[in-house]
Amino acid sequence: MAAPWLSLRLVARMWNGTRGIHRLGGAVVPEGNQKKERTMLQFLTNHFYDVEALRGYLLQREMSKVHMKNRFRDKEWIRPDKYGHFSPEFWNFQEVPVEAVDASDCEINYEGLDNLRECVLLKELQSLLLQRCPHVDDWCLSRLYPLADSLQELSLAGCPRVSERGLACLHHLQNLRRLDISDLPAVSNPGLTQILVEEMLPNCKVVGVDWAEGLKLGPEEQPQDTASPVLA
Amino acid sequence: VAHTGRTVGRLGEGDWDGKVSEIKKKIKSILPGTSCDLLPDTSHLPPEHSDVVIVGGGVLGLSVAYWLKKLESRRGGIRVLVVERDHTYSQASTGLSVGGICQQFSLPENIQLSLFSASFLRNINEYLAVTNAPPLDLQFNPSGYLLLASEKDAAAMESNVKVQKQEGAKVCLMSPDQLRNKFPWINTEGVALASYGMENEGWFDPWCLLQGLRQKVESMGVFFCQGEVTRFVSSSQRMLTTDDEMVILKRIHEVHVKMDHSLEYQPVECAIVINAAGAWSAQIAALAGIGKGPPGTLQGTKLPVEPRKRDVYVWHCPQGPGLETPLVADTSGAYFRREGLGSNYLGGRSPTEEEEPDPTNLEVDHDFFQEKVWPHLALRVPAFETLKVQTAWAGYYDYNTFDQNGVVGPHPLVVNMYFATGFSGHGLQQAPGVGRAVAEMILQGSFQTIDLSSFLFNRFYLGEKTQENTTM
Repeated sequence: MAAPWLSLRLVARMWNGTRGIHRLGGAVVPEGNQKKERTMLQFLTNHFYDVEALRGYLLQREMSKVHMKNRFRDKEWIRPDKYGHFSPEFWNFQEVPVEAVDASDCEINYEGLDNLRECVLLKELQSLLLQRCPHVDDWCLSRLYPLADSLQELSLAGCPRVSERGLACLHHLQNLRRLDISDLPAVSNPGLTQILVEEMLPNCKVVGVDWAEGLKLGPEEQPQDTASPVLA
Repeated sequence: VAHTGRTVGRLGEGDWDGKVSEIKKKIKSILPGTSCDLLPDTSHLPPEHSDVVIVGGGVLGLSVAYWLKKLESRRGGIRVLVVERDHTYSQASTGLSVGGICQQFSLPENIQLSLFSASFLRNINEYLAVTNAPPLDLQFNPSGYLLLASEKDAAAMESNVKVQKQEGAKVCLMSPDQLRNKFPWINTEGVALASYGMENEGWFDPWCLLQGLRQKVESMGVFFCQGEVTRFVSSSQRMLTTDDEMVILKRIHEVHVKMDHSLEYQPVECAIVINAAGAWSAQIAALAGIGKGPPGTLQGTKLPVEPRKRDVYVWHCPQGPGLETPLVADTSGAYFRREGLGSNYLGGRSPTEEEEPDPTNLEVDHDFFQEKVWPHLALRVPAFETLKVQTAWAGYYDYNTFDQNGVVGPHPLVVNMYFATGFSGHGLQQAPGVGRAVAEMILQGSFQTIDLSSFLFNRFYLGEKTQENTTM
């Protein structure tokens, strides 16, 4: 029972957080009451097994409700079984175009991306998630241009080798509507990069860095943007 | 004879005590436990024997050294010495280069060389890994090259792009409308066609490549020496050709390397000499006797490589083109690219034959920018009408006056001198491929991966030009 309990706590906290920041009009619930209710529930759950079990059961019901809505052509999603094998009915769907690829945390590299984009079925790829991929770097980003006609969402959050030089190749993807470039350690100036990427892709919502972050730094930490490393 | 307290040696020589202490020091240095100071210190001199001597320690020389060591069949089988005159590389073309790499050539050999270099740079940390050294960050910008062609060059550009696509380069043609769509800051007046490289093209930091090569090559056991090659000692042999003509074949068997700021020199006995001296290759070739003969003969054919000065200017333009800007090469020969995130750009223009500046020094000509570069830039990119030059520098092209392409391979008469020079401005981007080709030629007798037979020295005598028809 430990797992559902933990996830419940996380879900509760995040939900609270987003309600707090993105309160764009609508009914404004006084936050104080919300908080009191949450902590009361937390307190009860900590002390009574029954309350904990009830919460777990309610969470399972919520999850199955979401799964019912989120079905693949009115059938359950095809998942690997306990041996990691997929059922053979997967082959019945060979002509179905792929809409989204989630390759997060995968060891995909430059040569692998070639397969990803040359595959005939990926002409309608709308969403590509490459979060936290350790081998995705600037050279790999220069390979994404064939997906320009269809790609609408791209996420590169947390990739350790992507820098602002690779982000410059994303301007081919003019149909992009959502780009996530948060948490890129190799980018030298996240705030300035965000501004330049937003200028480059005017129809796209670029998520990830609060550009005002750069302005909060003190004068001694201002980014050097006029001096260039001249090799003379 | 007046007596003083001190003993005086015969003939009034200097003090006896000083001499005794010197002799004591010498005896002590022979005994074990201390360093022997009897023999003169030669650690700054190159070794007395070396299988291969590479004249010139820039990116081409180091690339040849790297591939020689990588392709040798037995570890430690070949001893390589790199002689570089200036260890600060203050005038070397490598460090002063703009650092671009592109596949938009018309000759298939050039395209293949560039493609190989791109894959070399992409996997640089596998090629140039040194234990305990941090990985190299080349700062590669994969933004591509955009070449613009006027009406008269459009047909040539189309056929070139066809060849490039055949060789595997990812290049596409763009019409003026497509150009305006993609890059709204371009003024397409006078542009009939453009070719845009989508992958494996861009620019990078040449210093990083140089340092990476240097580190790796030292770890592989290549010897370095800071000195100048002043003389080649060679032996000649008379041979008869099939037409019973007499030909004198020379073989260099000693290289005299002179140390900096002294007359001291070291004769290095060698089997093969590689001329990778860049802008100064012609002097090295002349030392070996190449070109000393009646003009019109093979003996009289000089190496047609000379230094040509090129200026690069850095300017700041706050309203300039954005992050997506490729390296743009205009119809007029002017080029520019972005530098960093802060609205800085760098670029320049190749002067015409009449405008060629004096190559004796590397002083920047700022008037050239005002009169010959800025007007073309401002015409092509209207945002560049307001710009402010921040800094500038100049560097040499090892310019091949015959056909502006490299010279690779052995000389027909001086049989053990190999060339790897004369690339006229694209040496940096072709260095990995050329280094490998020269190493294959030396170790295996012929070009194995990329066939550079059209870059051999013979073509200068035979008059066959291997020339590009692009504006690069």
